[in-house]
Amino acid sequence: MRIYHFSEQPCPDAWAPEHKSLRVILPSRNCDPRVMAENYHHRLDEWMLADELGLDIMINEHHATATCCCPVAAVPLAILARQTQRARLLTLGYPIANRLDPVRVAEEFAMIDVISRGRLEMGLVRGVPYEVPLSVRSAVGQMDRFWEAHDLIIKAMTSIDGPFDWQGEHFQYRNVNVWPRVYQQPHPPVWITGRSPQNIREIAERGYVLGTFLSGFQTKDLFDHYRKACADLGRPAPAPDRFSYLGIVAIAQDRKEAMRRAEVMVGYLRSSGRVAEPFATPPGYFSVKDAARMIKARGKRGTTTREGKFVDTHHGAIEDLVKAGIMFVGTPDDVYGQLAEFVDNVGGLGHFLMMGHAGHMTHAEAVDQITLVAKEVLPRLQKPRAASKQAA
Amino acid sequence: MDSAEGPVTEKIAGANVEILRRGKGRPVLFLHPHIGIHGSERFIELLAREAQVIAPSHPGFGHSELPKGMSSVDDMSYFYLDLIEELGLRDLVVVGASFGGWIAAEIASKTCERLSRLVLLGAVGAKFGERDKSDLLDIFATPRSRWEELSFRDPAVWLRDYESLPEEELTAMARNREATALFAWNPYMYNPKLKARLHRIRVPALFLWGAHDGFAPLSYGRSFCAAVPGAKFEEIAEAGHFPHMEQPEAVARHVIGFASDRPRRRGDTR
Repeated sequence: MRIYHFSEQPCPDAWAPEHKSLRVILPSRNCDPRVMAENYHHRLDEWMLADELGLDIMINEHHATATCCCPVAAVPLAILARQTQRARLLTLGYPIANRLDPVRVAEEFAMIDVISRGRLEMGLVRGVPYEVPLSVRSAVGQMDRFWEAHDLIIKAMTSIDGPFDWQGEHFQYRNVNVWPRVYQQPHPPVWITGRSPQNIREIAERGYVLGTFLSGFQTKDLFDHYRKACADLGRPAPAPDRFSYLGIVAIAQDRKEAMRRAEVMVGYLRSSGRVAEPFATPPGYFSVKDAARMIKARGKRGTTTREGKFVDTHHGAIEDLVKAGIMFVGTPDDVYGQLAEFVDNVGGLGHFLMMGHAGHMTHAEAVDQITLVAKEVLPRLQKPRAASKQAA
Repeated sequence: MDSAEGPVTEKIAGANVEILRRGKGRPVLFLHPHIGIHGSERFIELLAREAQVIAPSHPGFGHSELPKGMSSVDDMSYFYLDLIEELGLRDLVVVGASFGGWIAAEIASKTCERLSRLVLLGAVGAKFGERDKSDLLDIFATPRSRWEELSFRDPAVWLRDYESLPEEELTAMARNREATALFAWNPYMYNPKLKARLHRIRVPALFLWGAHDGFAPLSYGRSFCAAVPGAKFEEIAEAGHFPHMEQPEAVARHVIGFASDRPRRRGDTR
């Protein structure tokens, strides 16, 4: 079991109740670059602390938003590749169907992998719907484009005998010849996020790590799709290290303080749902059947508690978000207990992606959270326990 | 043909497309806007009193099949050139509305061999303005109620009760939206090559533009018209971006009058 510290590197001062959309259209006039410089330095310091204390590191990217002020994951990855010593450096991830230069992606990844001496974990994502309005290509045929970009990136990284040409449906290149050669052979580990059975099957077929975000106690079903795909292919059951889950952690020495931190962090969930109407359902992102349903009535995103109660991911109460396995809140004992229960419920988990900083949380609070998780939660999760339950 | 009859599915250039056929006589090919064929029915019926109207749902739109590999209006215009040949149409009047006008302009800029007239209703497809601003309203970045307000003088002709629409209609709407993104996402609603090809349109052309078009402004329409040799421009009062939906009688009258002038070609004598 590994735990990755994660922050979206928000620009919380730019959030105001009057902003109907924190995505796509929020003017950058609302971003104070001097404040943002402080924010960046604090987040990098927190990741370096995570490295020192035995946690791993996760970075993501979004565009044109105050909720995640990191439009180029390669920048913090490159800094941390040099400034950290041991942590795995995960990006989850690169929206490769929206970016138009897979060879450039391969070059960025290769350099980060080499500078970090082989610590890159290469996450590829389709991206949320509201990234599509910022893309020069529409969401129509996005998954086809995603897989072609993936194929090209992997070929570009693993071709070490000189250039090749790529004449695909979506991408055409001359003389692809990526330098440097990647440090991890034949290429850094690949992670891909998935939620639909079809997509999870494609991830399982390739033996990649499945990334899931905030899916709570529905996560077991997602992992089961992966396990079933392996069984169908006649392969052994996948090890826990093929599975990852992203949840939000609010932890403190006493419950009252942990709840206060949870309130601060839940502001992230509340605000990240604020997307102006035309950007929420870009054409082509959803199947025609789902799109037809959405014309009729806008669906809410959510998950369920173990008892089957529906919890709205963006507006649920903290107690319900904890019951749903989206937030992990309390003392180190509480958080350990909640995480252990979650791990057992999903049938084993190799990578827990911890949103350990969010919203208006201060640097001191984030440092405290990282320290508590690294010292008091991770070692207990790494001890073998109730192995029979994990296999269930 | 019985006017109560719906569209029929026909195989054109290997693709199953639904085609609404109405009336007899001189052939008119009607190319619907990106919002689909819904709302154009009255206009089609009016044209059909004087002509044989052929109104397909474009590949990918409505319930028409999208052939593999088709992804641009350039592709689409070759599909329509096939359709014109396969149906043996000659002396054809092509009427295109909005996105359909883009297709019409692409067809005519390739060859006017079987065409006698071109009518463009609030057509899009070419770029005339500044490089740092879209010439046209971005429907993908505008809330639905707002683009409806800007596209129509009175959106009532278009609005439907989505709650009670049959599955089939909702599917058509979803497909129309997806196909619009496929063909017109970026560059948004235009082909960078088209402007320089408009001089090749060698049949008489008529531009009809809603006086209240908030999607493609009148100034855009006038620039477009000026790029087509000898084309005429008329404003349609009390109409927005889809004048044939809001003022079907006036637009049908214009089209029939224009088409009934003795067919003649300018320029090309081949």
